[in-house]
Amino acid sequence: MDVMPKWAEVILVPLISLLLAAILSGLVILAIGEDPIAAVKLMVKGALGSTYGWGYTLYYATNFMFTGLAVSVAFHARLFNIGGEGQAMMGGLGVALACLFIPWPHWTLALLGAIVLAGAFGAIWAAIPAYLQAKRGSHIVITTIMFNFIAAAVLNYMLVNVLRPQGSMDPATARFPEVVHLPTLHDILGMVGISFSKAAPANVSLLVAMIACILVWLLIWRTKLGYEIRAYGHSESAAKYAGISPVKITMIAMIISGGLAGMMAINNVMGEAERLVLNATEGAGFIGIAVALMGRSHPLGVFVAAILFGFLYQGGAELALWTSIPRELIVVIQALVILFTGALDNMVRMPLERIFLALRKGNV
Amino acid sequence: MSTAEPAIELKGISKAFGPVQANKDISIRVMPGTIHGIIGENGAGKSTLMSILYGFYKADKGEIFISGKKTEIPDSQAAISAGIGMVFQHFKLVENFTVLENIILGAEDGWLLKPSLAKARKSLIDLAAEYELNVDPDALIEEIGVGMQQRVEILKALYRQADILILDEPTGVLTPSEADQLFRILGRLREEGKTIILITHKLREIMETTDTVSVMRRGEMTATVKTADTSPEELAELMVGRKVLLRVDKKPPQVGEVVLNVENLRVVDEQGVERLKSISLNVRAGEILGIAGVAGNGQSELLEVLGGYADGTGTVTLNGETIDLTGKHSDGKSRRARGIAHVPEDRQREGLIMDYTAWENTAFGYHHDPAYQSGILINNAAIRKDTEEKMERFDVRPPNPRLTAKNFSGGNQQKIVLAREIERNPDLLLIGQPTRGVDIGAIEFIHKQIVALRDQGKAILLVSVELEEILSLADRVAVMFDGNIMGERAVGDTDEKELGLLMAGVET
Repeated sequence: MDVMPKWAEVILVPLISLLLAAILSGLVILAIGEDPIAAVKLMVKGALGSTYGWGYTLYYATNFMFTGLAVSVAFHARLFNIGGEGQAMMGGLGVALACLFIPWPHWTLALLGAIVLAGAFGAIWAAIPAYLQAKRGSHIVITTIMFNFIAAAVLNYMLVNVLRPQGSMDPATARFPEVVHLPTLHDILGMVGISFSKAAPANVSLLVAMIACILVWLLIWRTKLGYEIRAYGHSESAAKYAGISPVKITMIAMIISGGLAGMMAINNVMGEAERLVLNATEGAGFIGIAVALMGRSHPLGVFVAAILFGFLYQGGAELALWTSIPRELIVVIQALVILFTGALDNMVRMPLERIFLALRKGNV
Repeated sequence: MSTAEPAIELKGISKAFGPVQANKDISIRVMPGTIHGIIGENGAGKSTLMSILYGFYKADKGEIFISGKKTEIPDSQAAISAGIGMVFQHFKLVENFTVLENIILGAEDGWLLKPSLAKARKSLIDLAAEYELNVDPDALIEEIGVGMQQRVEILKALYRQADILILDEPTGVLTPSEADQLFRILGRLREEGKTIILITHKLREIMETTDTVSVMRRGEMTATVKTADTSPEELAELMVGRKVLLRVDKKPPQVGEVVLNVENLRVVDEQGVERLKSISLNVRAGEILGIAGVAGNGQSELLEVLGGYADGTGTVTLNGETIDLTGKHSDGKSRRARGIAHVPEDRQREGLIMDYTAWENTAFGYHHDPAYQSGILINNAAIRKDTEEKMERFDVRPPNPRLTAKNFSGGNQQKIVLAREIERNPDLLLIGQPTRGVDIGAIEFIHKQIVALRDQGKAILLVSVELEEILSLADRVAVMFDGNIMGERAVGDTDEKELGLLMAGVET
């Protein structure tokens, strides 16, 4: 029997883990001679205190939703896709090609086209390691990591030698045409009369990410394919018995995973930068792993975790801006959150289980 | 004997794992120079009790006395110095070491191996003479048979001066004749004054070898009796808590056309080892063909290739139509479509997804069934309803489709698999080890279901390492040894002795 009620499992455990991470982070801030309370206030104010802050928090969160979903889908097939970073870079290339070389009549069509191309590029980038895993047994963790480097090199080459406009010193593409600019939250919320910061980069991609969360949920828990993916993830031998092809599931799960990671580019490349620059992904592919871990590979969990990490990103940037707390420390705090919510899960879970057990015995 | 101190006495041993009370207030006295059997269903707490005695677990409550002296056993080292030796169900031997090296492993005297080995060789010769335990000290473990390996385990314990020997399900991997040899050795050890505790779930072994027997049920010791004063029926009843039918009631078979025909089936595994060497057999409608044999002689591969998840060569036909043994149309899905249902040998690794709920498992392998879909989505409610009905018909307890598979007992897990496969009304049912790890009460039910399917005119291929099960269920029996079929007999025309010889690879 399950020892804990579901609400404790889903809400209480991560909440306590977070609290522990926060306390430890506070101690670290204290140790370098800063005031942790003030730091928290600053982070909350910077990330959530204004529509400008929210705009950035949600912008980052959008990236993390895509990459978090990507890692989750692969993880349900027990495949550890470390290559979200590279797949997102290739997705960026897809978006750039879509926006620069196709004359779109309207941004909606451009968005659809960009989603398809970004997804396709990310998917291809994931399909190669998937094929190597499925057919040759090359470990997918190793190959996806290597493909991150290859993607960075490909992007470098493309930007410097192919896509850089004549005479530009900057290894980046030209600006995308005006017509493909995506509406920001300022534009969207303005239509219903809510004022939102004009400077913040959060855009319509957030809605795409949210739709992706719902679709992934449907895929994993309501379709035959999702059923097969989870079955394969739980037990390869049982999957074989049932007639589920390991090769097929490995390929499909990774293609979906890579596609989702690639789609992140509609947010950072099309929505924010409006051109493709070097290192556009800024590590979001890796944060996706932490987001999936914390969200327990469930789309709702990924959604919440992505917003939390968006908050940490934006709040951290504010801290670095206004205090003498160095930027590196923000990374420490993020690492603590990952450590407590992901790796040290059992540390919180086991005592909690014992408490619930004692409570139940008391009731009987 | 009544004046002697008991070799082992346990007083009020209790042990709980979380909410599960594995051992509840267990007391037992074992006299020196006797064989004491402990019998009980899976999960009755036998292994937990022995693990406490051997220092793997610490009891929550209770005391252990060895030869009348109160003894603390915090770890296995303490158990060994108290004179307790354990022979595990799964041997703990280093495959590429010699017998001698395995015996001194962990009991080396100094930095240099040579003196230890020399000493061990001498005592090995003494032990062999004393107990008729002959083994070649220089043979590699991987090159000797299972029965020999078990002897090495016993010698290991004796080399460490064990006076009390615990054997956990020792005959699970042995042929009948190897088992007989083992019991002869145990008898010899008893004559020399050793005390033996035999843990088993096989009633026959208890009746044939032990002096006294304790029965465990749900963590409690329900009875301790002199073996001479009891009967298998009484022991079974004590184990289950109700009357049990040990024999399967069945009518003579109404045999029809050949359903499954296998000719020259050959399977080579990934290491290039030939697992099946040209097997030919057939199963007709309305009969059960039993495949007997010691585990690991190709039975698993036979099921896998017929079930569609291993490749093979040869000719296999179902109702006269050829079945692909390699390629795209050789997987579990296409086998099911052809009317072959399969209850695999290992339900936890193959038959079920242990983290899936009962209803998800009921759809497993049949998740393409149109009745389970609504549009592109899976119709969870329909599957749950179907599962509920199946659980009712197969008496799965608790009958809750939302419960995860791992939360059911072994017998109920097996019933979930059986319900899924049998209710598909297959032409051919492949079934491997139908009652492994299943409690006696459920065995009765499962056997009845298999016979009922036969009586509906279906063909059944039954693989089991329990000869008794084969003899009571099957109509014909084929014996496998080393990837070959050694011989085929009608069940009425053969006996355990003949089959035992075939299982050991002896032509009869």
